[in-house]
Amino acid sequence: MITTNALAAISLAYVLLLFAVAFVAERAARQGRGRWLRAPIIYTLSLSIYCTAWTFYGAVGSAVRGGFEYLTIYLGPSLILIGWWWGLRKLVRIGREQRITSIADLISSRYGKSTLLGVGVTLLAVLGTTPYIALQLQSVTLSVEVFASPGVDPGDRNPLSTAFWVAAGLAVFTVIFGTRNLDANERHHGVVMAIAVEAVVKLAALIAVGAFVVWGVMGGVGAALDRIDASELGHWDVPGGRWAGLMLLSAAAFLCLPRMFQVLVVENDSDAQLRMAAWAFPIYMALMSLFIVPIAVAGLALLPEGSNPDLFVLTVPLSLGQDGLAVLSFLGGFSSATSMVIVAAIAVSTMVSNHIVMPIWLQLQQGTAMVSGDVRYVVLLSRRLSIAGVLLLGYVYYALSGGGAALSAIGLVSFAGVAQLLPAMLAGVFWRGASRIGAIAGIGTGSAVWLYTLFLPSFGPDVVIAQAVFDHGPFGIGWLRPQALFGITGLDPLMHAVLWSLALNTVAFFAASLVSFPSPLERLQGAQFVNTDPSPAGPRGWTGNAAQAEDLMVMTQRILGPREAQALFLREAQRQGVAGLLPDPTPDFVERLERELAGSVGAATAHAMVGQIVGGSRVSVADLMAVADETAQMMETSARLEAQSQELSRTARQLREANAKLTRLSVQKDAFLSQISHELRTPMTSIRAFSEILRDSDGIDPADTVKYASIIHDEAIRLTRLLDDLLDLSVLENGQVNLNLREGRLSDVLDRAEAAAAAAADADRPALTIHRRRSDEDIALVTDIDRLAQVFINLIANARKYCEADAPALHISVSETAGRVVVDFIDNGNGVALEAQDVIFEKFSRVGDQKAGGAGLGLAISRQIMTRLGGDIRYLPGQSGAAFRVSLAKAMPIAAQ
Amino acid sequence: MTRSGGRIPSQPLFVERQTYRLRRFQDAVRALPVLALLMWCVPLLWGVPGAVITASSVLIYVFLSWFLLSAFCGVLLWVLARAEARIAAEGPSGARAADPDRPAP
Repeated sequence: MITTNALAAISLAYVLLLFAVAFVAERAARQGRGRWLRAPIIYTLSLSIYCTAWTFYGAVGSAVRGGFEYLTIYLGPSLILIGWWWGLRKLVRIGREQRITSIADLISSRYGKSTLLGVGVTLLAVLGTTPYIALQLQSVTLSVEVFASPGVDPGDRNPLSTAFWVAAGLAVFTVIFGTRNLDANERHHGVVMAIAVEAVVKLAALIAVGAFVVWGVMGGVGAALDRIDASELGHWDVPGGRWAGLMLLSAAAFLCLPRMFQVLVVENDSDAQLRMAAWAFPIYMALMSLFIVPIAVAGLALLPEGSNPDLFVLTVPLSLGQDGLAVLSFLGGFSSATSMVIVAAIAVSTMVSNHIVMPIWLQLQQGTAMVSGDVRYVVLLSRRLSIAGVLLLGYVYYALSGGGAALSAIGLVSFAGVAQLLPAMLAGVFWRGASRIGAIAGIGTGSAVWLYTLFLPSFGPDVVIAQAVFDHGPFGIGWLRPQALFGITGLDPLMHAVLWSLALNTVAFFAASLVSFPSPLERLQGAQFVNTDPSPAGPRGWTGNAAQAEDLMVMTQRILGPREAQALFLREAQRQGVAGLLPDPTPDFVERLERELAGSVGAATAHAMVGQIVGGSRVSVADLMAVADETAQMMETSARLEAQSQELSRTARQLREANAKLTRLSVQKDAFLSQISHELRTPMTSIRAFSEILRDSDGIDPADTVKYASIIHDEAIRLTRLLDDLLDLSVLENGQVNLNLREGRLSDVLDRAEAAAAAAADADRPALTIHRRRSDEDIALVTDIDRLAQVFINLIANARKYCEADAPALHISVSETAGRVVVDFIDNGNGVALEAQDVIFEKFSRVGDQKAGGAGLGLAISRQIMTRLGGDIRYLPGQSGAAFRVSLAKAMPIAAQ
Repeated sequence: MTRSGGRIPSQPLFVERQTYRLRRFQDAVRALPVLALLMWCVPLLWGVPGAVITASSVLIYVFLSWFLLSAFCGVLLWVLARAEARIAAEGPSGARAADPDRPAP
């Protein structure tokens, strides 16, 4: 039988071995011979801290109590790793790029470097980790007692002292190897290496015990399976809800547990590591759980009724006299407990130090932090004290709870607690819309529900929560009973708590995210996290001058240590091509420096510290955003102004055109007035002259008298025609005209117009040839035939007068569309000049030289007539010569009069 | 800008055979956890009243699926790594095919 002292000696030797391993690894890493330390297999093995003493010893106990339920605890994480491509890959990348130091840092960074979130997550982590550490201390203590107890009254020993010394030893180890580097991104090679060794030890121990049970006790695989089938564990009896729920819960915890985040994300430095872990770690976990059921069955068969199934891994080999195997098994359990405690202490102490101690310290040292005191020393001290504090808390918890059975449930309670971080974390990585308010609401709600429904009740009735509250709810409010929220009873308490806490958490998170509006910094961080592609544009906003470079240097030395800081600044100076040690504090450099510092003291603290130095000339992101907003507004205004100015210039152009037209009209009117005076004057002069001759001259011969009288008569007719035209136009314009509607045929109207025009033709001009297609013209019209003929006569006469061709020809084509008749008059002359086209229909308008002496009223009258007839007349550009199109309704309604 | 107009420059429509294979391997890596989830939800069917599933069959099913899925995941990642290495070694042409911003030749 192994004595307690021998066991203590073996444990001590084992711990010394771990120290040696960690020391060698650290030294190799420092001397740059540490490539093998980054081997994917080391990373994979370090993940094994997931398997704590709770799973090493407790899995068998869990199998005895809950059948195959224990498998879910391993299947959940296996699922996460096999699905690494979906989530872990991105998470690890973000961790590397943003130099994330802990899960609290991740969440705080993502949501705008929020201090409140950092503190909240840290508190939740401490709350979830402390009992867990207590559980590890308990398992080590229990396992020691197994070796000590036979024949000795347990009352003689003090389990608390064992727990205390274990805790103290772990604290020393963790402080030595866990706080050697301040920069969390310079990995904890020593610790990771020691954990990898422990992973091998615990796997070997469990497999050795399992193999011994299967082949040594049960007589081979077949026989073992038969005995399992025959035992009380012989058939499947896990409720579906618990199977799925626990798988989900353990998957969530695998991502969110502070220690898992530490090894998965913080200690990771390449995708290759993750790629190996993706398949190798599921195999590791399968091996860890492979022999649990055979050991449980063997324990139930071999050991007396009432033995603690949580210790079967130890007691089965002991009861069969296999002391060596039992010691190996003890070391396995010891490894599981210690590795978990070490990493959990590092992870939680980093959080406590970065998110609680440092902000408070910075607050106290406001303004003087950068010029006095060694920040590096403060950070290290706070981290070391935090480690001691976390372990002390665990020990106190263990001592106070008395190591009762209540502790064994704490594993899943803790899982459910940290799982509250999952919605905020996942959404933060995949959803840009996730906001700080949402994260606070979600984590706050989830944690409150978890505390009330699971954590506090886990101490048992009447410890924290009174039995009456369990039975009737607080203040007798039935639907608030901790284990039957909203009156839903009959659920398993754990599933009840997980369901409600995660559901309310997610709902609160989404609702608050949807209604809140994130700050600019938060939106930039969100964009960086969700779009992980390393983009050069960070949340930049630092500007500095040479004087600040020195301050930055001083501060960096205090955080990273002089050597690292100088190397960092020298590298940057060389990169910038600056002589000497001080590079220019470009925004780019300050940004990178902040990220480096974040690796040591967390994003929020680093941001605050750099802000204190560069603060004076710091352009905050909020300012930049405000500037951007203003710019956007100005651009909008200028766009509006531009539109207005375009409109103004359009209006101006129209006004100019109108003015030009008016000017032309005015010129025309002047020209007309002179023309009309001339037109009136010429006949008047003749009439006056000849009437004077007739009056004053005696003895004119009768032939001359007749001749003079005819001249006077002709001139009077000419005057009358002119005055008639003017009168006609004025009547038409005033709308006082009476239309004489009657039926007629278009061909007849055209014939009449052609004949009338031919009669009035000048004899000295070449004859106009008129081309018509009579077949098209056979159209019945109801309109004022006389007025229409007047328009046609005018058009034909114009062609006769103005067509300059040697053989003038006029094409009259008729077409009919939708109840309207269109008549085109196209000659083969030069046409009307473009600038004249819009004035030819004006009164007194005459094109070009007045060789053809009309008064310029014909087209104006024609247009007025056509308007009265419900049609129109317009110039048709782009034809072979001058072209006019007359269109009118076939049958003019009587009402139009 | 139309939808297709916005997408064309960033997504070549057709890629080289090797890149095509690489993407299908990536699809397989993505699909594997779904398969694992389905396989590990099979025990939910065992809970129906009257069904008696022996412990040995439970153990054989769960562990066999566990080892096979993990091993398959390992093989897949190995193949994927080889495919990536081959494309990287192809040099410019391979790089061009892998570059989503430029269409494959």
